[in-house]
Amino acid sequence: MLEQIEGSKAMARVIALCRPQVICAYPITPQTHIVEGLGDLVREGALQNCEFINVESEFAALSVAIGSSAAGARSYTATASQGLLFMAEAVYNAAGLGLPIVMTLGNRAIGAPINIWNDHSDAMALRESGWFQLFAETNQEAADLHVIAFRLAEELSVPVMVCVDGFVLTHAMERVDIPTQQQVDAYLPPYEPVQVLDPADPISIGAMVGPDAFTEVRYLQYYKQQTAFDLIEDLAAEFSESFGRASGGLLRDYHCGDAELAVVAMGSVNGTIKDVIDELRAEGMSIGLVTLVTFRPFPTRALQQVLAGAKHVLVIDRSLDPGMGGPLASNVDLALRNLLSPPAIHSAIAGLGGRPITKASLHRLFMQAMEKPWEGPNFVDLNEKVVGRELHRRARARRSGPAAENVLKILETERAAAFQARIETAE
Amino acid sequence: MIQVRIHGRGGQGVVTAAEMLSVAAFLEGRHAQAFPSFGSERTGAPVVAFCRIGDREIRLREPVQNPDILIVQDATLFKALDVLEGLSKDGFLLVNTARGFSDIHLDAVVARIPAGHAQAVPATELALAHISRPAPNTALLGAFTALTDIVTLDSVIAAIHRTFPGKLGEANERAARAAHDLVSSHIAAGKDTADA
Amino acid sequence: MDSTQKLKFYQKGTLTVGNRLVDEASRNVQASRQRSNSLTCGHRACQGCGEALGARYAIDAAMRAAGNQLIAVNATGCLEVFTTPYPETSWQMPWMHSLFGNAAAVASGVAAAMRVTGKHGTRVVAQGGDGGTTDIGFGCLSGMFERNDDVLYICYDNEGYMNTGVQRSSATPPAARTATTPAIGAQPGNVFGTGKFVPKIAVAHDIPYVATASVADLHDLEAKVTRAMSFHGARYIQINVPCPLGWGAASHDTIRLARLAIETGLFPIFEAEYGRVTHVRKIRKPKPVSEYLKLQRRYAHLFRDGVEDPRVARIQGIADRHIEEYGLLES
Repeated sequence: MLEQIEGSKAMARVIALCRPQVICAYPITPQTHIVEGLGDLVREGALQNCEFINVESEFAALSVAIGSSAAGARSYTATASQGLLFMAEAVYNAAGLGLPIVMTLGNRAIGAPINIWNDHSDAMALRESGWFQLFAETNQEAADLHVIAFRLAEELSVPVMVCVDGFVLTHAMERVDIPTQQQVDAYLPPYEPVQVLDPADPISIGAMVGPDAFTEVRYLQYYKQQTAFDLIEDLAAEFSESFGRASGGLLRDYHCGDAELAVVAMGSVNGTIKDVIDELRAEGMSIGLVTLVTFRPFPTRALQQVLAGAKHVLVIDRSLDPGMGGPLASNVDLALRNLLSPPAIHSAIAGLGGRPITKASLHRLFMQAMEKPWEGPNFVDLNEKVVGRELHRRARARRSGPAAENVLKILETERAAAFQARIETAE
Repeated sequence: MIQVRIHGRGGQGVVTAAEMLSVAAFLEGRHAQAFPSFGSERTGAPVVAFCRIGDREIRLREPVQNPDILIVQDATLFKALDVLEGLSKDGFLLVNTARGFSDIHLDAVVARIPAGHAQAVPATELALAHISRPAPNTALLGAFTALTDIVTLDSVIAAIHRTFPGKLGEANERAARAAHDLVSSHIAAGKDTADA
Repeated sequence: MDSTQKLKFYQKGTLTVGNRLVDEASRNVQASRQRSNSLTCGHRACQGCGEALGARYAIDAAMRAAGNQLIAVNATGCLEVFTTPYPETSWQMPWMHSLFGNAAAVASGVAAAMRVTGKHGTRVVAQGGDGGTTDIGFGCLSGMFERNDDVLYICYDNEGYMNTGVQRSSATPPAARTATTPAIGAQPGNVFGTGKFVPKIAVAHDIPYVATASVADLHDLEAKVTRAMSFHGARYIQINVPCPLGWGAASHDTIRLARLAIETGLFPIFEAEYGRVTHVRKIRKPKPVSEYLKLQRRYAHLFRDGVEDPRVARIQGIADRHIEEYGLLES
């Protein structure tokens, strides 16, 4: 049924329809509304046969889920940012053990400097952990991806992370079609574990593996991911058939067929990009978009197919590897490098720590990619004046102080002066 | 597509106002998107929320920079930040104040937008009278439906009842109706403030 | 022997109590051919390993109490490494190892899964060494306690990080030499005035059952595990398990050392239920701590050139305080 509903609440409702048996809750902005919503549904009795556990840390949240999943219960938790890093050891462990846990990540920046707003630093930090990572474009997709994620996780016995832009989606209220229990039940069968702690059939899980077998165990993890592409496409097709709308899959193509410039992006920014592309195409620009839904496993072949005809590929990263640049750009570059005539890759870093990615900025960026392409990462809307002043300060004094505080001070001084000037003109 | 920006302070129901507005539009079969400006919200701190209403799926995720309608729930914010930034020249302005626009030095701003597009409403007083709490958001939404024809008063009232069930919803409905009627009478009389 | 009579064993010349001295009903679980043998032979523990002995008795007792419906979660550490060298396992029970610091939380998850899937008869035990319990796993342990999850957590306390090569933990006693508290400088060995005794902290959580036990008294150890299994909710047992390698002691002195730890008062043996101490194991005649310390090379710097270091007296003071605090002396 169509509802005007907050993203987090919509996700909670749909996760509940997936009949999770153990939910581990620990608060961290901006995912908190999801577990709060689930807690309400358990207390109200709308979600029955479910253990809702308030744990003492994110590390415990995922550890409890590891235990409950290994003991045969469908297990769910949610986190963000620092929370994901705090549980990092368990994130790798769940993947190594092959436990089909589903976790929502309310994407948020990582400190220092501390920042509660949206970017993809958290998901990128653990991209090599062995989890499947799916990125939602809208709240409808954020809700739907959880149904697909449980199915995918349990078919392959792998953990799946559903990445949802913090605030931009989690706190946005928009139209979401909430499926019925019958629809979800028909799509998602009960959890049948491939390994389970059971006194009737005792096994040991989590043995120490030495050099003689570690490579093989790791290879099997790689094999599982690399052979999952068809399944991910099939599950999306089946979802679309059962629910009457498209969600999930490896990637989505928006006017890439004839495009000279193809943009690649993940998450909620794709909506804004589409609006810009519509305007630019109306002006005659040959531009398209690839919305990457599945980031792990990385759909190399699908990307090669959809981008084979592009001359330029512009990758928008919402995170930064300070020693390298944009992680998504590096991945896309590697995927396309061996094409017969590979496109030029242009990397843009945008929307860090919640900075809005505006239509105006994207418009400028896309024009620049066609007219005056750049080398290395392009920091969208970087305040070069502030950066310049801070660099100058550092050059002058050894004890130049903390960068974050210095930049804030410069900005605040400028802001106050501009505001004062405006008030004076108004009066 | 219509874009609304609501300014206020933490505790005044700014985010809830944007959400109720989006629900009202949804109830009329339209697409709507409401979202806050994502701060560590604390009581009394400046808060901004946005609402977009359209007839097609709304894909745009940037904050509302050029609002068609600006709702200001706390007039003291004019001194603290650039509340009016980006207000389109055909825009509407709705301010919660029991004083006139000249008293709060907004004459120049009101003059920049078309006549009849600005209204001052004593929403806090109306809220205190009807809800016994200084929550001006529902009164302002009622006023909004008198100032513009984007959504109807009935839809706003339905949205209010979805957000506040029972007696609280009824009280908020009364506040919204009172504000709607007040602004309607202002418009009929060609006035823009309570005391003008 | 009448089984209602309180047993006391004051044998001389032997450090173990034979089952033959007691009636069949009072004999320990290990004496039974029906024992589950959950931690079976062939593992890679060192000769004289106190932890292997303690785990074998504790888990079999828990298995018997649970009617063999038991799942074990293990922290990283010696016990985990020596029992499961891939592709072998010594565990004849469902057993899981996740990480060093999360055994209590993983066990909470297993217990939740048992509740939600209606397997109310299946019980859960978590186990780890003192490093995995009192240090890195302490947050998860306290969380499991305060939620009162239905888990028995057993800490095998050998007073240091033995698996990684004998480093100091928060359970390492003062003056003990470890790889990170070397016996050099003006204050050789571990410093005084540090460390923590987690059983007391467990009691402060008001959980149903807390006990200390020792491999020197395996009847008592089994009885405590059995008692613990009669409760639902969070339970904690800390077992003193000498480590010949880490303590620098002879393999054949494991039981002797464990017994001396009790009889000096250094390791008080007690039980507590719902936040109150209910039983204390009395000492007939306290032994001087030097008798205990001298058997261990980790304290060798206290007895150099036949001279007793003044720090021995401080350790004696600790033992005396335990005796007073817990009322260990038999009246």
